[in-house]
Amino acid sequence: MGLFEAILLTVFTAATPLLIAALGELVTERSGVLNLGVEGMMIMGAISGFAFSIYTGNAYLGVVGAIVVGGLFSLLFAFLTISLVTNQVATGLALTILGLGLSGLWGEAFIGIPGVKLAPIVIPVLSDIPFIGKLFFAQDIIFYFSLILLLGVSWFLFKSRAGLVLRAVGDSHDSAHALGLSVVRTRYLAVMFGGACSGLAGAHLSLVYTTQWIENMTAGRGWIALALVVFASWRPNRVLIGAYLFGAVGIAQLHIQALGFKIPTQFLSALPYLATIVVLVIISQNRRLTMMNTPASLGKGFVPDR
Amino acid sequence: MKKLLAAMSAIGLGLLTSTTPSVAADTKACFVYVGPIGDFGWSYQHDQGRLAVEKELGVETAYQESVPEGADAERAIERFARSGCNIIFTTSFGYMEPTNKVAKKFPDVKFEHATGFKRESENVSTYSSKFYQGRYIQGMIAAKESKTGVAGYIASFPIPEVVRGINAFILGAQTVNPDFKLKVVWVNTWFDPGKEADAANTLVAQGVDILTQHTDSTAAMQVAQEKGIKAFGQASDMYNFGKDVQLTAIIDDWAPYYVERVKAVMDGTWKQQDVWHGLDHGSVAMAPYWNMQFETAAAAKALEQSITVGRIEPFTGPITKQDGTEWLKEGEKADIGTMLGMNFYVKGVDDQLPQ
Repeated sequence: MGLFEAILLTVFTAATPLLIAALGELVTERSGVLNLGVEGMMIMGAISGFAFSIYTGNAYLGVVGAIVVGGLFSLLFAFLTISLVTNQVATGLALTILGLGLSGLWGEAFIGIPGVKLAPIVIPVLSDIPFIGKLFFAQDIIFYFSLILLLGVSWFLFKSRAGLVLRAVGDSHDSAHALGLSVVRTRYLAVMFGGACSGLAGAHLSLVYTTQWIENMTAGRGWIALALVVFASWRPNRVLIGAYLFGAVGIAQLHIQALGFKIPTQFLSALPYLATIVVLVIISQNRRLTMMNTPASLGKGFVPDR
Repeated sequence: MKKLLAAMSAIGLGLLTSTTPSVAADTKACFVYVGPIGDFGWSYQHDQGRLAVEKELGVETAYQESVPEGADAERAIERFARSGCNIIFTTSFGYMEPTNKVAKKFPDVKFEHATGFKRESENVSTYSSKFYQGRYIQGMIAAKESKTGVAGYIASFPIPEVVRGINAFILGAQTVNPDFKLKVVWVNTWFDPGKEADAANTLVAQGVDILTQHTDSTAAMQVAQEKGIKAFGQASDMYNFGKDVQLTAIIDDWAPYYVERVKAVMDGTWKQQDVWHGLDHGSVAMAPYWNMQFETAAAAKALEQSITVGRIEPFTGPITKQDGTEWLKEGEKADIGTMLGMNFYVKGVDDQLPQ
């Protein structure tokens, strides 16, 4: 395996959880709900994925467990913010703190135990193609799913009727309500979809990225996923670009160091974030385009007037 | 109603005071950790020390985990000082300034700062362990076991503690192979399992066949196990994560020191000090030598023995700095000030030290 191929493989691994969590959050935000609890849902996914794979000895059941727990955990957020109309920012932050604490409590029994790795699915023939074979056709199921998810979310949001309803709810919940669309139901489903995605992203961390349970192992990736949604100006395709760009810069800086280039490492560590800021500045140049994509009701609570 | 409440609270208070152990009632030991106690590395080992204090002395303890180095640390330490802690252990290098700052405000509270060198007021002690002794042994093992002659080093922050480890590692390796190479990657974090794994993958892709880390999680060891690359554990015995690849690990054992110091507070004999124990006191221990040739394991054991009894000191001349200037003459030993403030590489490290 060549060096370049090895670099790309690591980039793919680093980008996959970011892509999945950001896509989930994108759908949630498109429905007008800002859920800052991604980090908390992700760590809950990481611990439940690990726990269920240990209980059952099957990593796939771990993945299913993570998706279910992520979805259920976000239900708590949905109930508070949608049914009780609490402040979304505060509730989201609380969800993150709760998730970090709960996962630590649940995970105490798993410290120091190696996990069950999600084995790669090697597709015959295709995986023998030089260079791209190993990258695209000998990966774990979560990687394949992340690409399907991207296509699915794009199609759903812009080509399906349900996606149109979701966007309508996110842009003006009062109008959507007046048209007889169910704002509450749409938002509940969108939040739970986001939670399930975050859970899956967490499972990728504890079952593929580093097959073990360590407290706080998300180490801020949930926040990066949140930033990616803004970075992508709520467009799924740009989430893909953002996630891979972020992953690539992060991995490249490690390789630059190991190759012995004399560049200050603090600068290199800051590079992914600098790149994000630069792109954000470029994107925000065109204000009208940004306004068009931003869900107009984002973060606002909905109280039906009748 | 008011009477009833008063009676109830009186009973409540009575219960509270009666449940606290009488001897240790007035001593409370508090700990500030840089990572989560579940990291199975640095913070985990400190917490094992805290548990030993609780068990052996029966005193009340408290801890706060994942406290970032800097302004947040000052708040955490000050909160402990206000909440009645008698002795506070701050267990990361980056807590040096905040610890000294808070210590000035609370002259009656004792402060113990790990791996630092500043003691600005009478109530601050510093303590550390000579982990570099273990790193020297690891370097020797690496040079004997490596086929490519290149080891990878996942480093956290360019502080003396870490730089000393890198230097000791390469000096140990040079005793076997003078041309041994070391690739250093700085991840600029103590704890981020994903990034540590990325760094490990990076180094493996670039041809190292031995991995060493100075970060806190088991992620790198697991990558080594997957790729079949030999590796050294850090802070804890990480054998469970690298059954076929862990050569040995440096194990931190803080329990004896913590018990001794808390006991000193209870007895009223606590005095400021600067302690730097190593293999000789058992505060640094080596995990079993495993997954290596018999001859290497024997040499490692012999070297460990020599360092323990003080026959060999890793930083003994002749040693040349990376820039080619002479640091130590033949037979000269490094002075403790230079050791504690080490901010330069020795010859042979293939990296530029971030300043």
